[in-house]
Amino acid sequence: MSYVGSSVKRIEDRPLLTGEARFAADLSLPDQLHMRVVRSPVAHGRLLEVDTSEARSMDGVEAVWTGDDVREVPPIDFRMAWVEGLERFRQSILAADHVRYVGEPVAIVLAEDPYLAEDAAELVFAGIDELDPVVDPMAAGPAAIETTVVEKAYGDLEGAFGDAPVVVEMELAVGRHSGVPMETRGALACYDPLRSVLEMFGAAKVPHHNRAAIASMLGLPLGAVVLREGHVGGGFGIRGELYPEDVLVCLAALRLGRPIRWVEDRREHMLAANHSRDQVHRIRAAVESDGRIRGVIDEFWVDQGAYLRTHQVTVTELTTSMLPGPYAWPAYRSRGHVMLSNKTPCGTYRAPGRYESTFVRERLIEVIAHRLSLDSSEVRRRNLVPPERMPFERGIAALGTEVTYDSGDYPGLLDRTLEYLDYEQLTADLARRRSDGERVGLGMGFFVEKSGLGPFDGVRVTVDEAGQVLVVTGVASIGQGVETVLAQVCADALGVGIESVRVRHGQTDDLAYGMGAFASRVTVMSGSATLIAARRVRRKAVDVAASVLEADPDDLTIDRGRVFVRGSPGGPAITLGEVARRLRPGLTAGEPGLTAEGWFTVDHMVYPYGIHAAVVRVDPDSGQVEVERLVVAYEVGKAVNPELVHGQIAGGAAQGIGGALLEDFAYDESGQPLAATFMDYLMPTVAEMPDVEVLLLEEAPSPANPLGVKGAGEGGITAVGAAVANAVAEALGRPEEVTRLPLGPERVRRIAAGVA
Amino acid sequence: MAPGYYTPAFMKPAPFDYHQARSVAEAVAHLGEYGYEAKILAGGQSLVPAMNFRLARPAVLVDINPLDELDYLEEDGDTLRIGAMVRHVTFERPVTEGPTGRLLAMAAHHVGHLPIRVRGTFGGSLAHADPAAEWCVIALLLDAELATRSPSGGRDIPAADFFQTVFTTALEPEELLVEARLPNLAPHTRIGFQQFSRRAGDFALTMAAVALEADDGPVANARIALGGVSDRPVRAGEAEQALEGQPATDESFRAAAEIAAQEFDAIGDIHGSADYRRDLVRALTRRALEQAIST
Repeated sequence: MSYVGSSVKRIEDRPLLTGEARFAADLSLPDQLHMRVVRSPVAHGRLLEVDTSEARSMDGVEAVWTGDDVREVPPIDFRMAWVEGLERFRQSILAADHVRYVGEPVAIVLAEDPYLAEDAAELVFAGIDELDPVVDPMAAGPAAIETTVVEKAYGDLEGAFGDAPVVVEMELAVGRHSGVPMETRGALACYDPLRSVLEMFGAAKVPHHNRAAIASMLGLPLGAVVLREGHVGGGFGIRGELYPEDVLVCLAALRLGRPIRWVEDRREHMLAANHSRDQVHRIRAAVESDGRIRGVIDEFWVDQGAYLRTHQVTVTELTTSMLPGPYAWPAYRSRGHVMLSNKTPCGTYRAPGRYESTFVRERLIEVIAHRLSLDSSEVRRRNLVPPERMPFERGIAALGTEVTYDSGDYPGLLDRTLEYLDYEQLTADLARRRSDGERVGLGMGFFVEKSGLGPFDGVRVTVDEAGQVLVVTGVASIGQGVETVLAQVCADALGVGIESVRVRHGQTDDLAYGMGAFASRVTVMSGSATLIAARRVRRKAVDVAASVLEADPDDLTIDRGRVFVRGSPGGPAITLGEVARRLRPGLTAGEPGLTAEGWFTVDHMVYPYGIHAAVVRVDPDSGQVEVERLVVAYEVGKAVNPELVHGQIAGGAAQGIGGALLEDFAYDESGQPLAATFMDYLMPTVAEMPDVEVLLLEEAPSPANPLGVKGAGEGGITAVGAAVANAVAEALGRPEEVTRLPLGPERVRRIAAGVA
Repeated sequence: MAPGYYTPAFMKPAPFDYHQARSVAEAVAHLGEYGYEAKILAGGQSLVPAMNFRLARPAVLVDINPLDELDYLEEDGDTLRIGAMVRHVTFERPVTEGPTGRLLAMAAHHVGHLPIRVRGTFGGSLAHADPAAEWCVIALLLDAELATRSPSGGRDIPAADFFQTVFTTALEPEELLVEARLPNLAPHTRIGFQQFSRRAGDFALTMAAVALEADDGPVANARIALGGVSDRPVRAGEAEQALEGQPATDESFRAAAEIAAQEFDAIGDIHGSADYRRDLVRALTRRALEQAIST
């Protein structure tokens, strides 16, 4: 039987379901101190003094540090950098001279217990000379700081717009929301004199990168820092990036020689961990009267918050390069202004740049269809990249690689989706319900995702003398099912039962290199590396077995951990454990051990694609939007574990509904956050979610990796905002007025009443 | 070094002293001693989160959870007497045969989520005086009487005088709310309860509770109370008057709802502006009246 392609139960679930899991806040060490961060209460100001005397005088308070105490530590560097010369916008681990957002760390308290640390933190007084905050960088005029402009362009725009029969222009905006994982951040750092290493527990997503960054910031050799990932309660792009608190616990552990523990509370999380989205686009399309788009010009502004964090301008980069999505527009230009404001800094959040640009593009398509009195599906079809142009070179780069769509049949997916929806019947039903007075509508969004960002990842597969298999990977497991997927790939490639495979991840002393878990890359990169490593182990095992069994290696096969002559499972055989015993040092002339590493490197990403369709019903009195149906059609090349792909899509869809209808990090005019608790930052609950219908397609395997897979981590969210917005527009009979997410009830009611 | 696996006690609130009351008299004595410094801990569903955010910082907590003497429901002629410690969940099934029990049950399902309803109390909700709390709206709708105990005795406060502004009541610092008395509505009274929240279980942006009689002919004894729209629950007195003696029709309901939407000082927040809340009052009052007349 083949594990790959079947919905194997998650092998990592037992500790999670039995309460044995160890999240960051579950960890403690003897003699530890607890860190509490003192945060700026104001959005913008000159930091005159930080008075720590009262806090320091409390019994049980070991130390209180301000920016002055950590001046030798450089700001947190970019993990991904696409534009030079932006270093001055990086964030220091403690504010030095200015505070620039509510929640910015200005001091830390280290105390014997967390209660005491929190009490003492209240006694730290930050004297701040308040300055005018920038809350809306587009309206702030010269006070707004534009860090850089990211531009991508191709084709003849002048020609496209010169005598265009129709030009459609819109302003569209996506609000500020973010990942908000169930587990807040947390870290436990200690210095281990036995091994002379600084060890930090609580890492996630990119442990190897953060190890290097912490070593560099604290002036330590790379080998003197070890990061450990435990169980992680969700990542979504924001958890696991390097933040000031990670560096502070490490610094304190070094200086004080005691373990330092820090656990973020939820309010801190809302203020301190990365926000995302928050874009305003002005987009213009030159269109033929049959709906074919000649060219598109987009200009947009990203409210990046107070600093450029580890992602630098990644979201803007992805927005500009992925905005054209599935369409073969002959000419295109997008210019993204990266603006600073006095709000929490931004990073990536599931489908960064694609959630936003898909909303913009697919609203535009809808309005073009309306202006030309065409069915929007037809407008989409007339602009799709045709299958015969695959692989399709866009002519622009994203994240340092050329955007080349690897494979796909976009019109085919549209047909499949319309067929699944029973499009004619559905639209007729909805029209009838509307004529009966209901406000119902169908909306769609077509999108292209990107996944499998390189350049490399590696895996070491080892079989011990009991026949147990260990897969060690440099990627991270943030809850997405890494262990199961890699075990499936390994078990098939090696010929063992999945119950004999263990997967270890996120330990920087396990493997010299590891890229981490982001950009829907793990199954593509680590899955492929696992395949390579397992095949090498298999080769080694077969060679040893061939000499023992006096058979031709090419005649041997491995099944359930036994090597035997193909077709003779009852004949002479040797177990993989026995093979491993024969590979002890001294017994073999070659490399000892039944083990091998596999490294997978790529130059290009792979591009899954899909369509979201939403049916909504609007209550005209309240403006409340109910999502009656949400369909996600998604082409992933090959689903290693269909059930896990379903889970990824359903979870993404829930977050997509949050961004479409509910979630919004609002601020008042003084820069005070208005949504810093779960009472005001509204995430969807199961009561707001329809059953997500998944149409999973595996018809365009990627030629770019040996598994044929395309990442499935983000396609559940990408077009939800677009589809829901288009559905609301249809439900209200207001095709052009839906221009801003989230579609909260008051906004929808105003649109319905025609006073938007 | 492998970290151990234990979670240290992790307190969020500012420091406080804790007293567990063994009798109403003892609770009241504590209040008499500490006054403004003290807070009563009933179900804790609002107070404890506020303390964890350090928004509420009582120096003393007086825990009345052990007081079984405050956990009772009694029908006393035309009055339903509700002990302060009766939990929300108790009302999910009608506690009386008449319309009062049904109205309480309709509202109970909107109180937070099940774990909140299991723990939170009727008296705690009234004393907390969130303008969007269901029980405050019902108390005002039915002209409940709220009984207190204090070191000097006690008194009865009409609901109309009890709710003063956000989280503020007529209770003196040394006064404990011990009982709410609700009139048992006449059997033929029609009732309606409507609310709108952004998600299931959230605090309502607006709620409308109505009671009226209209069996054979014109509307009589119309009551309309609104929650979530102002700094306290409010009665729509002018709308009630406008309905009085009118036929129970769509037209009269619309007219009353229109009046109701205008007769209070509306509040706005990030979930809805003051104007939007008036829109909701217009819609929900009409729906509550329609609901009342159609059931």
